[in-house]
Amino acid sequence: MNFDLSEDQQEIRRTARELLAARYRWEEVRRLALEEERAFTDEQWEEMVSLGWPELAVPEEQGGQGLGTVEQAVIAEELGYACVPTPLDSTWAAARLLAAAGEASRLADGRRGSVAQVDEGSTALSSLTDFDVRFEEGRLHGVKVAVPDAASADLLVVTAAGGRHVLVEAGAEGLSVEPTPALDPTRRLFTVRLDGVPGEELPSADWERAWLAIAVFTAGESVGVAQRAMEMAVAYAKDRKQFERPIGSYQAVSHACAQMLLETEGARSAVLWAAWALDHEPETARLAASVAKAYASDAGRRVPASALQVHGGIGFTWEHDLHFLLKRGQGNARMYGDARWHRDRIAEAVL
Amino acid sequence: MDLTLTPTEEEFRDEARSWIEANHPGPRPEGDEAGFDFLRRWQRKLNERGWAGLTWPVEYGGAGATLVEMAIFYEELARAGAPRMANTLGLTMGGPTVIAHGTDAQKERYLAPILSADEIWCQGFSEPQSGSDLASLRTKAVRKGGEWIVTGQKVWTTMAHQSKWCMLVARTDPEAPKHRGLTYFLMDMEQDEVEVRPLRQITGEAEFNELFMEEARIPHDNIVGGENNGWRVAITTLMHERAGLAFALQVEVQVALRQVIERAKELGVDGDPVIRQRLAQLQIEAQVLRLNAFRGLTGMQKRGEPGPEGSIGKWHWADVNQALSEVALDLAGPAGVLGEEPWAYRFLRARANSIEGGTTEILKNIVAERVLGLPRG
Repeated sequence: MNFDLSEDQQEIRRTARELLAARYRWEEVRRLALEEERAFTDEQWEEMVSLGWPELAVPEEQGGQGLGTVEQAVIAEELGYACVPTPLDSTWAAARLLAAAGEASRLADGRRGSVAQVDEGSTALSSLTDFDVRFEEGRLHGVKVAVPDAASADLLVVTAAGGRHVLVEAGAEGLSVEPTPALDPTRRLFTVRLDGVPGEELPSADWERAWLAIAVFTAGESVGVAQRAMEMAVAYAKDRKQFERPIGSYQAVSHACAQMLLETEGARSAVLWAAWALDHEPETARLAASVAKAYASDAGRRVPASALQVHGGIGFTWEHDLHFLLKRGQGNARMYGDARWHRDRIAEAVL
Repeated sequence: MDLTLTPTEEEFRDEARSWIEANHPGPRPEGDEAGFDFLRRWQRKLNERGWAGLTWPVEYGGAGATLVEMAIFYEELARAGAPRMANTLGLTMGGPTVIAHGTDAQKERYLAPILSADEIWCQGFSEPQSGSDLASLRTKAVRKGGEWIVTGQKVWTTMAHQSKWCMLVARTDPEAPKHRGLTYFLMDMEQDEVEVRPLRQITGEAEFNELFMEEARIPHDNIVGGENNGWRVAITTLMHERAGLAFALQVEVQVALRQVIERAKELGVDGDPVIRQRLAQLQIEAQVLRLNAFRGLTGMQKRGEPGPEGSIGKWHWADVNQALSEVALDLAGPAGVLGEEPWAYRFLRARANSIEGGTTEILKNIVAERVLGLPRG
């Protein structure tokens, strides 16, 4: 038994950490989030494509890298740590569903994807597969909200009533994609109106496993968000002096930082477990994925909030970088099942 | 990452599972004495199989199990809902301390009766004026010929009334800096100069005791780890306590959580959405507690010490166990305060969790200073 990353996995982490630190300094994150229309540049996307990241977890027989969910969660954590605005995770989500149906090659050659999951007006996901959008006679009818990176995606996977998953190409007839303001400026969200849009239904597949994998790498991102916020809080608490002492020498502050460590490490343990279970122990994966997404969603929101408190007034300013983490954590917490929804699933499993 | 067991570990798990199933002692009887005898018999049975000192070296009567096997064993105990053993402190603290710091003669004398539960051990560390600041303790020992004469007071002494031996830390050099003038003794509890007074707790029972020493006598040979070296020896003991107990404790949480879930079903509140959310959150926390304990094992195997997540276990456990007992009590609604409520005792007992064996505040200090590198207050 080895509850730690292997040498190869650690190497993946180091590479990702170094590359993302070089490419996504805070000034660049800020520029992308606040000024760049799509929140990424072609060069940035092409570099990720050249690294093989979009199809990292796609099986080799479908043209991917064939790496596991652990590797994907590791890179996701680094995306969160660097707070990278990128369509990579949206594409990962689409790739997971397409790969389940044996259709991942649709995303070959650096094409981008996204998943339209949340029905307009819904306050919770009713189930992983059952939705209000209708797919009738080859056409989709309905409205999806909070669809990430929809305008820059080459294709969308749309979830529809009856647990159907329907592929829609960008620019299809009757498809409208409208930007929506979002709390998290590092990820563009859109309302997608489907007014009789022609689509192609994906063959029935093990959708649940794909959805759980999506939840788990999103949870992995939140671990990175929490880790970065904690490091910023600890550094600030060592540096900032009040009453002639570093504020980190006061227990009210140092204990808050210790609590951040508890939540960050706990989230990391849960994500690693769930990622491993998805690839190696399917019978535990359902519980593990929901534990990971619920716990990491909470940690990804609470740790940056607590880090902000440690920073005091400066942490509440627009010019400080902390708010990007706070908002990213809040955004991640809501995607692909929030903590409440995953707790419901856990209750169903144990009660 | 690989959470699968090796074939040898799987074999061990299967063996442990079937043995525990065949030898399960059933429910613990009511009452202090009957309950203690029950735990003692259970420990003897485990010891006959060589499993009382599971991780102790084979030469001292243990099973020489690996850390992973220890983890497997605790998980199997939890799965079967089996109780812990009678001589907890002797097994998790006293024995390992004697093995690490004791002389050959001490190993010969003390280890076997710990395993057989013939001699129960207690711990004389905390004092009324020395809780978190343990090194400030005042109980003094003065040498007189081949003996040390001990005078002072200890509190929070679990199972003192059942115990033959006390792991006693006393001040032997009042001139030295506070950490350097302490010595670790094994004190015979069967002498008139040692008085055990039950300390009634908020639960109404007396699981802990106060210990009064009025010129109690300890032979010089009963020093462990050398004169004035008691702080270092005591720290070993505490580290053993936290490392070994962390695993046992997370397992107890899993058992307790199953009982809470059963109780929710019995009371018919398992459909209540708020209760469901709270039970699910407990399930999440219990899993995270368990996962951190396993990650800590990997850290121990690789680096010889637990990683950052290892320092968190005891404090996280206290949080979770307290939350669990609160949910359990809430299940019954207004009836939760009635005398026959089975969780009332555990709700009250859990309040000690964040105090005993290192307060949550001290553990947070340790994490803040040693893991995060924050300046000392």
